[in-house]
Amino acid sequence: MFDKYIICEDGFQNVSDGQQISGFQFKARLPYYRGLGVSMVEDLAVKVDGQAIPREAIRVTLHGRTYTLAELETEYEDRWEFGEPGTVTVMKPGGLSAGAHTLEVAPSLRISYLPFILVGTDAKELKLASA
Amino acid sequence: MATTHRIKRGVSLYSFQEEFFLRKMTLEDCVAACAKLGARGVETIAEQMMPGFPKLSDAFYDQWHEWMAKYNVTPTCHDLFLDMKKYKGRLMTDAEMLQSVIRDIKHAHRLGCQVIRVIVNTPPHILALAAPYAEQYNVKLGVEIHAPFHFDHEHIQRHYEVMLRPGSQHEYLGFVPDMGTFEKRFPRVRSERAIRNGAKREIVEFICAAYERREDLDQVAERVKQMGGGPLELGVVQDVKRLYYENPRRLLDFMDRIFHIHAKFYEMLDDGTEYSIPYEDVIPVLIEGGYKGYLSSEYEGNRHIQDVHEVDSFEQVRRQQAMFKRLLGEA
Repeated sequence: MFDKYIICEDGFQNVSDGQQISGFQFKARLPYYRGLGVSMVEDLAVKVDGQAIPREAIRVTLHGRTYTLAELETEYEDRWEFGEPGTVTVMKPGGLSAGAHTLEVAPSLRISYLPFILVGTDAKELKLASA
Repeated sequence: MATTHRIKRGVSLYSFQEEFFLRKMTLEDCVAACAKLGARGVETIAEQMMPGFPKLSDAFYDQWHEWMAKYNVTPTCHDLFLDMKKYKGRLMTDAEMLQSVIRDIKHAHRLGCQVIRVIVNTPPHILALAAPYAEQYNVKLGVEIHAPFHFDHEHIQRHYEVMLRPGSQHEYLGFVPDMGTFEKRFPRVRSERAIRNGAKREIVEFICAAYERREDLDQVAERVKQMGGGPLELGVVQDVKRLYYENPRRLLDFMDRIFHIHAKFYEMLDDGTEYSIPYEDVIPVLIEGGYKGYLSSEYEGNRHIQDVHEVDSFEQVRRQQAMFKRLLGEA
């Protein structure tokens, strides 16, 4: 529905843990037409330049609260609101090299009235913001 | 045909989802847009445009009522969802489902809505349990009838049986039909999107024509394969299978249980008609049947054109409202 808007154009950058570059992050939105309780976000698959990122290396920050993908599935109060850019952080020592990278993001959503898991997909080539 | 009627015009804010998603319109902008079109009824989807739902503050509800007064519009319908799969690996219990429905009844009441659109996956026995609460808060519960469901579908018939059961608060249980159950043609915005995605035009046009002739779609799929169609073209057959069309006069059989109407549309043409749904046939039936509720515009074309055009939901809704004025004799 809103697949082409999953990956935001802004906010793609390396992140530091204070000592060194610990990974990178970007902003993403759900492709569905309403906000959803985060327990129904079954997965958020990320690929960078064709390489799949392990699920365990992904964090999602929504309005100031950070979750692993496993933690999202057992959080029953918080919601990922409609059109809300969440920050997706990938733990990857050294981060990404300067320049353009291809991001692919595929959220899997458990929608109660659908007999299947709704999977959205988006791919964009973005330039890493300089630190 | 009766010449006078009490049908009212409204808009579901669902219509403006593209602009809201992209933060081009706020909730207040959406309310103001309804007023600008003279559509006095405002239908809302809390889970779409009221962040924080179900924990909305008193200040939010106060603000809501200020907007209703400022723009001289009225809340009509709240769209309820039931996340029965909230917990991975198990469905909600009956008690949990009932609590979720009651939560929405209270919200609708605070907004000032008279009707709730109940999502179709809600089990009939849960609505029977919820009916006393609907009565207590004076909010009617209307099960949405949305293609591929239709009045004669087994699931809808089970809801109907519960509504007719003696002793239940059946006057609070009814339907919210989506006019997408009168889809005469496959929406052009959808067929064109399939073609842009790589489906062969001649095969897509063959499928659309076959649908308009109400041909057997399994046979159409076989024919598509013979024509050299692959997954993209067969995907269009699958999409067409989820459409539904019957004579709008079917509405007359359920008129006393129709609380609200989703006036679904995909594409308003320059000549003031909708490409796929024959409102010229639908609205006279509603007048004849004495329908007294809202015709609530529900624009759903955005997702099919956003790859090539900037979406202008307001213009599409404006055109549909102009069509309603014409067909309702307001012009």
